[in-house]
Amino acid sequence: MAVLLQATHLIKRFGDVVAVNGVSFGLEAGTCFGLLGPNGAGKTTIIEMLEGITLADSGEILYRNKPAGADFRNDAGIMFQSTALQDYMTVREALQMFGSFYPRTTPIDELVDTCSLGEFLDRDSRKLSGGQRQRLLLAIALINNPQVVFLDEPTTGLDPQARHNLWALVKRIRAQGKTILLTTHYMEEAYELCDEIAIMDHGKIITRGSPKTLLAEHFDEVILQLPRTDIPGDPTELPLPVTLHEEEETVEILSRDINATIRTLLDNDISLAGLQIRPRTLEDLFLALTGKGLRA
Amino acid sequence: MNWHRFLAVLKARNREFIRDRAALGWNIIFPIFIVAGFAFAFSGKPMDLYKVGVYGTDSVQKLAEAEKTQPFFRTDYIRFIPVSELAPALTKVERHQLDMLFDLDQHYYWINRDSPKGYMLERILHGADTPADTANHSTGDFQRQTVSGREIRYVDWLIPGVLAMNMMFSALFGVGYVIVRYRKSGVLKRLQATPVTAFEFLTAQVVSRLWLILAITSGVYAGANLFIDFSMFGSYVLLLLVFTLGAISLISLGLLVAARIASEELAGGILNVLSWPMMFLSGVWFSLEGANPLIQQLALLFPLTHIIDASRAIMIDGAGLAGISTQLLVLTLMSGVFLLLGAALFRWK
Repeated sequence: MAVLLQATHLIKRFGDVVAVNGVSFGLEAGTCFGLLGPNGAGKTTIIEMLEGITLADSGEILYRNKPAGADFRNDAGIMFQSTALQDYMTVREALQMFGSFYPRTTPIDELVDTCSLGEFLDRDSRKLSGGQRQRLLLAIALINNPQVVFLDEPTTGLDPQARHNLWALVKRIRAQGKTILLTTHYMEEAYELCDEIAIMDHGKIITRGSPKTLLAEHFDEVILQLPRTDIPGDPTELPLPVTLHEEEETVEILSRDINATIRTLLDNDISLAGLQIRPRTLEDLFLALTGKGLRA
Repeated sequence: MNWHRFLAVLKARNREFIRDRAALGWNIIFPIFIVAGFAFAFSGKPMDLYKVGVYGTDSVQKLAEAEKTQPFFRTDYIRFIPVSELAPALTKVERHQLDMLFDLDQHYYWINRDSPKGYMLERILHGADTPADTANHSTGDFQRQTVSGREIRYVDWLIPGVLAMNMMFSALFGVGYVIVRYRKSGVLKRLQATPVTAFEFLTAQVVSRLWLILAITSGVYAGANLFIDFSMFGSYVLLLLVFTLGAISLISLGLLVAARIASEELAGGILNVLSWPMMFLSGVWFSLEGANPLIQQLALLFPLTHIIDASRAIMIDGAGLAGISTQLLVLTLMSGVFLLLGAALFRWK
């Protein structure tokens, strides 16, 4: 597939802090690319450099093989992590105002239908719920019928229903052939929506690929999970790779051979009544690569 | 400049202001309260003191001689004020700022036909004659002259200042504070991500606030005039020109303050630091005549001083374009400098 947007060796410093340190990647047309990373990893700075909101100290951004200039804004749809609209503006007025900024627009009726805004079209935008507000901001991001859509943590703070609703919307947009760059803290979201992800830390991309490929590359085991109370004695004395989660009162056992592990458990008179088996997830990969220490 | 984008931002800002009923109401009611309050406070009779101007070659010497020879000039409760120019003194008689005027060279005196005080003074002048004085022509050689005109009350003098002060608060806080709020809340960042340019955005803010200020000032002017019936001797077109230029200069100053700040507290502090000295040193409440020359010079740095001076000149003195050309020039220069600096320093984030 053709690369629509290419970032090459982007660097951005804020004082002594290097927020983005030589990041390069390309967005293929019609795909959803996810940028994952802990707080302060540099995701938002990268997305803002691509949007033209923040200037890179060095590096190059090409759109359709040409330097991304002012015209790129006509082709880009942007949904910030936190956006405010002017006060006393209804949903309809917000869409009309943003629509008038662009030479080419998506019909408002179509957006209202796509983003399910019909019920509160004439409501003051300040009186929308979190999910309704995010749908409006997504509609605003789509008002110029963009080729590239930037979604910076679009579901942060939403309840599960609203989050799944927004996922469905993003899938619909991707199905229309639009190219999406998504940042998120939710690994499930990235797994669900992204064709390709890059995990960042300390301003650098530390791994990149499709979610399934990355999981296959990094893990070849599954996790067996048991309630702590089902294991008599000290779980760490078992002849298995055991991790004890004191707070959750669970025990996790990594296994490449489930049958052998289960036999070992039975040999040690451990009940399998509460046994759960799960594959390794993106969250496991994320924590394995970025660590479990708290970030800013 | 893309007019579609400019008009969209302008419309959004106008809508926001008009729908914010608390802010709109405050902008209208506040100046009416002030004007009504002062009209009430100053509607009582002033101190019973007659003011008589005395003109003549070496008027001080002439007045001293007159005091010796003519009893009228020794009357208690009359303040005799030597004046060096006849025409401005006559204007003051017309406006009841002087109750009587003597020309000791030509032996004329003037009173205002419409002034009760002038009438009383004339009676005192003649009543003060003694038979001996009359024989010596101590008063009889003054020939009576009259003028006519309306009294200039304190409230007449105050109105231009109050209107300009209201413009100042509306411009500084209505633009400066709002832009800082936009920046802090992320409205500006969202607009930056669109093709809207800083010039289009800032121009829309200026135009939006300008017409609102002019509309509200006109409304307050008309409304206050209904109750107070204040003086307006000059041209309404010129007054509109002064208010327009004045509003642009103040809005531009607000833009300059808000060019980079993202803290509403800091913006509020800076705007207060600018607005309070202007309110007290630009002559809203009292004239700076006789104040420390340094203060007078400092006041000239404020756009409000020039707005008030020009509008008073039009409303009270009936000044024409030539009479206010200096103030117009200064306001134009200030607007240009503030706008250019504000646009150059402006940051979306």
